[in-house]
Amino acid sequence: MLKKLILGGIIATGLQLAHAATQLTMYYPVAVGGPLTKVVDGLVADFEAAYPDINVQAIYAGNYNDARVKALAALKSGEPAQLSVMFSIDLHELRDLDAIIAFDDVVETDEERAWLNGFYPALMENSQADGKTWGIPFQRSTIVMYYNKDLFKAAGLDPETPPQTWDDLVRMGKQLTKADGSQWGVMIPSTGYPYWMFGALAKQNGEVLMNQAGNETYFNQPAVIEALQYWQSLGAEHKIMPQGAIEWGTLRQNFLDQKTAIMWHSTGNLTAVKDNASFDFGMAMLPKNKEYGSPTGGGNFYLFKQSTPEERRAALTFIRYMTSPEQAAQWSIATGYMGVSPEAYETKALQGYVQDFSPAAVARDQLEYATAELATHQAGRVRKLLDDAIQATLTGQQNAQEALNAAQKQADRVLKPYQ
Amino acid sequence: MTHNRNFSAWFLMLPALVLLFGFTYLPTIKTLWYSFFVNVPGVQPQASLDNYRYLFDDEVLWQVLKNNIIYTAITVPTSIILALLMALWVNAKLRGRGILRLAYFTPTILPMIAVANIWLFFYSPEIGLLNQLLAFFGYDGYNWLGDPNLALYSLMAMTVWKEAGFFMIFYLAALQNINTTLYQACAIEGAGRCYQFRRVVFPLLMPTTLFVLVNAVLNAFKLVDHLFILTKGGPNNASNLLLYYIYETAFSFLDNSYAAVLTVVMLLILLVLAVVQFGVLEKRVHYR
Amino acid sequence: MNVRTFFSTASAWLLALLWISPLLYAFWAAFHPSEYATQFSLSAPFTFEQFERAWQQAPFMRYMLNTIIITLLILACQLVVCTLAAYALARMRFRGRGVVFALILLQLMVVPEILIVENYQTLASLSIIDTYWAVGLPYFASAFGIFLLRQTFMTVPQDLENAAKIEGCGLLRIIWSVYVPLAKPTYFAYALVSISYHWNNFLWPLVITNTSSSRPLTVGLAIFGAPESGVDWSVICAGTLISIAPLLIVFLIFQRHFVQSFMQAGIK
Repeated sequence: MLKKLILGGIIATGLQLAHAATQLTMYYPVAVGGPLTKVVDGLVADFEAAYPDINVQAIYAGNYNDARVKALAALKSGEPAQLSVMFSIDLHELRDLDAIIAFDDVVETDEERAWLNGFYPALMENSQADGKTWGIPFQRSTIVMYYNKDLFKAAGLDPETPPQTWDDLVRMGKQLTKADGSQWGVMIPSTGYPYWMFGALAKQNGEVLMNQAGNETYFNQPAVIEALQYWQSLGAEHKIMPQGAIEWGTLRQNFLDQKTAIMWHSTGNLTAVKDNASFDFGMAMLPKNKEYGSPTGGGNFYLFKQSTPEERRAALTFIRYMTSPEQAAQWSIATGYMGVSPEAYETKALQGYVQDFSPAAVARDQLEYATAELATHQAGRVRKLLDDAIQATLTGQQNAQEALNAAQKQADRVLKPYQ
Repeated sequence: MTHNRNFSAWFLMLPALVLLFGFTYLPTIKTLWYSFFVNVPGVQPQASLDNYRYLFDDEVLWQVLKNNIIYTAITVPTSIILALLMALWVNAKLRGRGILRLAYFTPTILPMIAVANIWLFFYSPEIGLLNQLLAFFGYDGYNWLGDPNLALYSLMAMTVWKEAGFFMIFYLAALQNINTTLYQACAIEGAGRCYQFRRVVFPLLMPTTLFVLVNAVLNAFKLVDHLFILTKGGPNNASNLLLYYIYETAFSFLDNSYAAVLTVVMLLILLVLAVVQFGVLEKRVHYR
Repeated sequence: MNVRTFFSTASAWLLALLWISPLLYAFWAAFHPSEYATQFSLSAPFTFEQFERAWQQAPFMRYMLNTIIITLLILACQLVVCTLAAYALARMRFRGRGVVFALILLQLMVVPEILIVENYQTLASLSIIDTYWAVGLPYFASAFGIFLLRQTFMTVPQDLENAAKIEGCGLLRIIWSVYVPLAKPTYFAYALVSISYHWNNFLWPLVITNTSSSRPLTVGLAIFGAPESGVDWSVICAGTLISIAPLLIVFLIFQRHFVQSFMQAGIK
């Protein structure tokens, strides 16, 4: 009898526990293994220790595109998934698919509403639409300029003064370029994410690529065409950048092998460059023409619609934990991605890190001039239109004006149903 | 009795037919059906011929088709000729033919996707092996994958590398099946080596050539693994191929309806090729 | 050795060198520190570090296991499905045989790769995405296999089947004890083609698998070495070598049998 009672008690407690714990499945856009998963796993483990009644299972689904396809497929086939980190620029498409809900509809307290407003405004440009917040910044970056101080010295340039303007870049680039092709002044990658790099040039020339609602693009505005002409001139006219497409994936190796004195690349490369550079390198904001500028990039947290109110609350708790200043600081130090809120940079950990390692501050400082990354309805297709136009121009198949006019015409066609 | 016989025949065929129906015929029919709709995220799906109309305006498609034709027209004969040459070498009493055979065959067992990264190194403009070699001999390098005039050909080189060794095996098997008395007869008649090959060996290899041809043509349309690593179809679609374009349309643009239309185009091409090839295969039966 | 033989031998070896150069490079990059990945120097130190890094960064054992299971699962199902269908087509007269055979031949051209979009939807609606079965199902009924086995079965003397019938053997029994043993070389050659195909297959597994619980080596390697995150050739080459090692070793051991089985099977 006693045995039965105890046994019953154990079972009951077990049931209760099982009932109380909320299970969350999160899709995460990173390759299995690798340093990044370890960091995420660590943060998740810390969270589960602090909130024993919530379990989070992270599914690492490859790059942004894969993660999105797989998360959407899981939802479609009825498998549970309550939240995900996905490309910030998937916002409009995810809304079109009716897959996500706004955070405004889940937050309850004033404190939570205040939390929604605590991030860098530039990071929120890709997170808001129709006056609501749909994504919470997490794995975010900007484009920065890496430069080789040793090569600057060798060319008779001051290693502490990287180019500040487009003209500087051309002038210094000429000094840094060797005629035999063994060393180039600058490389801006034109495969992988050409539209992203181009967003920076357009912003520097005072123009953005699309509207906030994501149903209009401005590819053939005069300032945008001029920006592409400038990019093309680096190779075709000034000969400080190789002509033809420059591969995104191998650019870092080019920089490490000192084949180029300057590269534009994601802040996400900082740790790898720091670990492998055999020379003294610096990191700086991108140069300006009319103004400074870079698009933000990277991934946001989203909440999927297909979830119960309890799950949504639990997911919110998790996301708040992950983006709290302490965790954001820890994440930023470990990965090179940015701390997402000003508060994160006020933590001791990140302050100390920035002090010891000044490049870490560049991305943050540049946020002041940052703009949204190209995000529209049917984002994949619109992005590709611009990518093709950029590559056609840089490889000399078309001139900037023709290419961008054609891209704009196609984008208008694609976006018409959403206007 | 016939009834019974019919029944057991269908019973034996059942698994194959169900599977073929589920994964070949039904999807083909569904593809055809969906190609008559326009269905993109955020817009009410509707029956429409717009996607078919757009086919003719879609410059990317025409570029991709042109690429695929060039790609097929060059990789197929090149890999077949190389395969035959390899098989002849390995079949002759060349020194170290065991090692040669192994070397030729290696690409077959290396996954395309894995070696693509190595080829990326070969082709890389500033730091890559090819340009290092060219520089060593005093030549300027090329931007193999970043130059729209070269990108497709760079991909082709890798495809030929991957395929030739596999086809060699079939030729080798056929060569070793050729009766040695035939060669002796030729020698007695004093026929030259070229003549011997043209009039005796090559005709005997015809069936193998056809088999290899069918496979090579198919592969030219379905093997796009290296695009994922090397060029993603760029720059500006210079190296894009039809199947990769279908993949992109469906899984990156999330436009299943246009992907369906593109798949229909692909099916039509394959149908034409099938008719042509089976026509040729018929002839083969005659002279056997 | 005359000039002509010399010329052939030299070109044969040159081509061979060209053909294994990617593999040679993989060995170079994998066994040397990263800074030597793009430059060749005799003084480069030898290291196993790249293998350690690769090993830690991705679950290669799991990928390998997945690949082996998927490849064998597909092969086993193909053999059963194709044998049954091939026998029916080779030895049984039934209504609609010609049509069925033509339909099957059609699949020689319309391979599952072309239909990834629809097949993905089908498997999603069956809720078996990200499983071994999902990777294999579209390939189980192989037209190539059916065709090949049918040709072989047609060469089996009818008398053997009749003798078995007199002994009272059932249909399946006849297939199993008469036809299968006689077609062994064909099975072997087909198995080799199938294994090398599915060991290397990429596009379909990429689409249909989500996690490392079902992801094969090819997809794992693609994600591991994706250029998005910046190419690090040393680690990629180490990962590549780890994943091709088993097949490479098996091939080295069996390469003689390999070619011979092709010859016997008479795939021509």
